[in-house]
Amino acid sequence: MDERKIRVVVAKPGLDGHDRGAKVVARALRDAGMEVIYTGLRQTAEQIVETVLQEDADAVGISILSGAHTFYFTKIIDMLREKDAGDVIVFGGGVIPDSDIPGLIEAGAGAVFGPGTPTTVCVEWLEGAVAKKRAKE
Amino acid sequence: MNKEYTEAKARFEAGVMKTLQKNKERKETFSTGGGLPLERLYGPDMTEGTDYVKEVGFPGEYPFTRGVQSTMFRGRFWTMRQYAGFASAEESNERYRYLLASGTTGLSVAFDLPTQIGYDSDDPMAQGECGKVGVAIDSLKDMEILFDKIPLDKVSTSMTINAPASVLLAMYICVGEKQGVPMSALSGTIQNDILKEYIARGTYIFPPKPSMRLITDIFEFCSQNVPKWNTISISGYHIREAGSTAAQEVAFTLADGIAYVEAARSKGLDPNVFGERLSFFFNAHNDFLEEVAKFRAARRMWAKIMKERFGVTNPKAQMLRFHTQTGGSTLTAQQPENNIVRVTMQALSAVLGGTQSLHTNSMDEALALPSEKSVMIALRTQQIIAYESGVTNTVDPLAGSYVVESLTNEIEEKAFEYIQQIDEMGGMLTAIEKGYVQKHIQDAAYEFQRAVESKENVVVGVNKFQIEEKNKDMKLLTVDASVGERQIKKLQELKASRDNVAVSNALDAIRSAALNESQNLMPLIIDAVRVYATEGEICGVLRGVFGEYTENIVL
Repeated sequence: MDERKIRVVVAKPGLDGHDRGAKVVARALRDAGMEVIYTGLRQTAEQIVETVLQEDADAVGISILSGAHTFYFTKIIDMLREKDAGDVIVFGGGVIPDSDIPGLIEAGAGAVFGPGTPTTVCVEWLEGAVAKKRAKE
Repeated sequence: MNKEYTEAKARFEAGVMKTLQKNKERKETFSTGGGLPLERLYGPDMTEGTDYVKEVGFPGEYPFTRGVQSTMFRGRFWTMRQYAGFASAEESNERYRYLLASGTTGLSVAFDLPTQIGYDSDDPMAQGECGKVGVAIDSLKDMEILFDKIPLDKVSTSMTINAPASVLLAMYICVGEKQGVPMSALSGTIQNDILKEYIARGTYIFPPKPSMRLITDIFEFCSQNVPKWNTISISGYHIREAGSTAAQEVAFTLADGIAYVEAARSKGLDPNVFGERLSFFFNAHNDFLEEVAKFRAARRMWAKIMKERFGVTNPKAQMLRFHTQTGGSTLTAQQPENNIVRVTMQALSAVLGGTQSLHTNSMDEALALPSEKSVMIALRTQQIIAYESGVTNTVDPLAGSYVVESLTNEIEEKAFEYIQQIDEMGGMLTAIEKGYVQKHIQDAAYEFQRAVESKENVVVGVNKFQIEEKNKDMKLLTVDASVGERQIKKLQELKASRDNVAVSNALDAIRSAALNESQNLMPLIIDAVRVYATEGEICGVLRGVFGEYTENIVL
């Protein structure tokens, strides 16, 4: 059993100012014993990837309610791969129509959680995903 | 209370005790959505201490608890104003004309995020965001298209624009000019409320001090030139959406209001004059009685603040006039049709609370921007309340309800406690800087989420009464990714065809005026807009002089 704490970046890409969800999720992950780095608003994809690398994070959670989700998810995933960090788990949530989710998963997102998802579901999913990732290391 | 009442009440309570031994109540204690304790029963003894004439009074009279007009909706209904805007100016113009043809009585413009944050569509920061949450406006050209065939002397227009409010107002004034409508005849509202952007909404650009200057420049300019314009909409809406309680919504909104009045006063403006043009914007959430009480309490509190704190004697400047939007965060992605029912109750609370204008959310807004069909249902909801429910035929019908008057008093008391704490910290700017306001909101949001997860709070269709939903047969509105490309092309054409010398002179004039605090920026921004300087260019110049705000992260 790997005893290292899970390190997760919670990120707000783009110009979207809705941070209630990101902050609630960040607190829930922290209360579940994870180390959480919250980026704050208005982050470019470059800044988010930089934070993930600097913090040596296991995962990055992207919260976006502005409709720019496809643009940012794919950009962040691509950049992580370019930086040789393609194993970082990317997940997220926000106002994201169901029909856009398969495209995000295909691009490499691990999970996309819609409105109304209990934070416990995110926590359990992330714990499982990180355990799998570490088993491969 | 008289002896007869006291005896009857004691007898009733003894009976309740017996009942409770047999049948327990659903919960140990009951409270409002905002956590105010609720008694089993409210009676005349609960409002005994309230001086009717002083605290409740008559509609259209201080302290305006019962409403700002003497006849309220017997005179005319509230303005039915649906917030809309997406993609390009052409598409939004079409939606506005559809809404006007369907009986909406005022426009409300939603801008996309690059516009709200002062970036042109070709800015790298605008990538992926063009036209997504509202309409993309780069220059007066776009604004001319947005209001094409909409006579600005006939409609009132509300614009949700904050940090670059001067620029968008300048564009509106110039569109008016081209239509032959003088600015003195324009009516509408700009949100122009930067403090809640720092607290809850996030579309800030400049640091607080220059932001407050831009705001008070607008107050000054409009009181002389655009007298029918509401120069600010001091907004609790987004504070509530970020998770605050009802009492916090009132407290933090009015505390923002106090900060604006103080800033304008220190510029030498008279609150008896600019106070008439201050307007407010509140949320209507689910807890029906608490919401009605909240609106009434806010009105009474603002009247007291203006009169007692600022010595305002003009009744029009003591009145809290407000717009309401139903609570976006209460909408569920699950079983979205249920949202129609939520919106109906929320809208009814706003009407019973005496709102001046109302936006009803569409059922699909937890999923995407609203479709034409769902917008129509949302508007019809208001029309049914107005024309069919009967609640509009008498003024402030819930006044005198023991529970509503009690909750009105309690919200006022609680909200004044917060305002006092903020005063003690040195005012709202300091409270925001220290993260005090943000922390209180986030704690309330987190507590709410936990209560939902523990099922102490039931959200129908989300944590109870769920059903398997396979194919949501709802047609969602999508914004074409080509909007950004089209906007960029339009910008290139504009920059090739306009008088670039005039643009650069106008921008220089803004730059030097920005350095001189005693100069009002508004006329210079109008000059720049008129020669088709873009929003990004104007905000870029101001960014250069004022710098940019960086968020104080509170978690």
